[in-house]
Amino acid sequence: MEILVCVKRVPTVGGKIAVTPDGQQVDTRMSGFTISPHEECAVEEAVQITERLGGSVTAATLGPEDAIEQLRGALALGAGRAVLLETDGREFGPIATAAAIAAEVRAHPYDLALLGNEAADTGDYQVGIRLAHELGWPVATGIKSLEVSGDTVIARREYRGVEEAYQLPLPAVITVKEGINLPRYPSLPGRLRARRAAVERSPAAWAPEGLRKEELQVPASSRHQATVLGHGADAVPELVRVLDELGILQ
Amino acid sequence: MTVLCLVELDGADPADASLRALTLARSLGDISVRSVLFADSAQVPAAALADYGVTDVDVIEPGTLAGYAPQAWARVLADLTTETGATAVLAAGTDRGNEVLAHLGAITGLPMAANCTVVTPDGGRTHRIVRHRWAGLLLEHAVMEAPVALFTVATDAVAPVPVVAGPEASPGLPQRPASVQVHVHKPELAEADLVVRAVESAGRAGGASLATARVVVGGGRGVGGADGFAPLEELAELLGGVVGVSRVVTSEGWRPHRQQVGQTGTKITPELYLACGISGAIQHIAGCAGAKHIIVINTDPGAPILAHADYAIIGDLHQVIPALVAALRAR
Repeated sequence: MEILVCVKRVPTVGGKIAVTPDGQQVDTRMSGFTISPHEECAVEEAVQITERLGGSVTAATLGPEDAIEQLRGALALGAGRAVLLETDGREFGPIATAAAIAAEVRAHPYDLALLGNEAADTGDYQVGIRLAHELGWPVATGIKSLEVSGDTVIARREYRGVEEAYQLPLPAVITVKEGINLPRYPSLPGRLRARRAAVERSPAAWAPEGLRKEELQVPASSRHQATVLGHGADAVPELVRVLDELGILQ
Repeated sequence: MTVLCLVELDGADPADASLRALTLARSLGDISVRSVLFADSAQVPAAALADYGVTDVDVIEPGTLAGYAPQAWARVLADLTTETGATAVLAAGTDRGNEVLAHLGAITGLPMAANCTVVTPDGGRTHRIVRHRWAGLLLEHAVMEAPVALFTVATDAVAPVPVVAGPEASPGLPQRPASVQVHVHKPELAEADLVVRAVESAGRAGGASLATARVVVGGGRGVGGADGFAPLEELAELLGGVVGVSRVVTSEGWRPHRQQVGQTGTKITPELYLACGISGAIQHIAGCAGAKHIIVINTDPGAPILAHADYAIIGDLHQVIPALVAALRAR
């Protein structure tokens, strides 16, 4: 089973998110970078599948040279090969991103491409689907359980409290969500191997798209600091009064 | 001009997220809104759709399309777009809405903007858009230039507003259509578009959906462990709601991931979110900011979530929740 898993370098945001003065990016002076959470699960899933069925995992990312850090993260989790689809630092839209990944897929005999359902930062919800159409492969998205056997894959997700199951022939594109597994912590030998591993590079072609970012903005919060109703169980009568006033107790 | 809006059903009614999409559709100017439903024609909630300004319903009857098949749904929308000369196609920013419109974008080669909060026509084939990035923690102002604009509508940002009818209606405001024209379609679909289709299992009995619950009682690290959730479940049931949890609770394995509220879990839009023992990482705030009211129970008056809440009780949830349950039972 040859698996391609796609990851994206995104800022680590914790307590707060801020935008650079030109309004073009997230301010990362006080933070580092990480892999989008859904994609960390995609890497773990790919590694688990090859541990069961054999084969190998290639991690790919589209981004600038700095994104090699995230490829090393995927190598430390168990990917065997890493490919940087190298950009000139410009933000690629989903169409150009899918085209660059498709070129990597066409050059190698993959059985399965795993991506996150959506990137944490841009949240475009479409790279996996556009990749599948480029390749003529079937695609299932938002998957939280995956069974690969022989030449098919059964993928499951939830919709309004109902489980949906999809059966796809391979090769296929699957986008996953956090919750499909609990990603392992990278082992020390894994981290050492990742540090020494070679990373292949392949240039990616930027192209303009019909949707063009102008500016990012932190939304004005509609709420301010909470009004404290009281302390401990003594505050419960006041809480009940507020719940009643808000129309919750009907 | 015509715009198409994919409408999802929740039982017999249009889904709340679809009503929000229909509300945003009306901001696209002097247009007629056709809603597209994949359902039996007997199931069309025509009156409810008219309340949201819908003039025409295209109902796609099951036939070969029994069950959800995202690529086939997109193919049908692509054909309807051509047939009606629609200048825009919208859907709710749900799992299905985003998925179908991404397929439509791939089939047509058009750009697609996910999770918009504002869309303004700007002449010709240009739309100015505000959309969510980081699940709504950031807003992106963008320009879309395309012969047909494809976008989904954030499920937690645009309030669903019906059109005004009767004596309150005034010239210049959208009117409730006197009648809704229903067009029934039975499309023939290529096998290739039907390869991926959902087989649905039975739903969980009586389990209200986290995404659409009226009340959500949230539990975080402060709950202390897997066995600490019984009082939260009891409170949620008393309030007619469900339990949601923070990311640490699912990564510790205390509760299943489907109960997670946040950027990588579910985005909620309840009347009340009661956040108990949750400090409030911004990824969690992204999931609950669509709540109408937020009340916090937390031992730490400096917890970040207090900056995003309406009211707070400073105290231990293990004392406050049982006391609240007792007080509600005594009413």
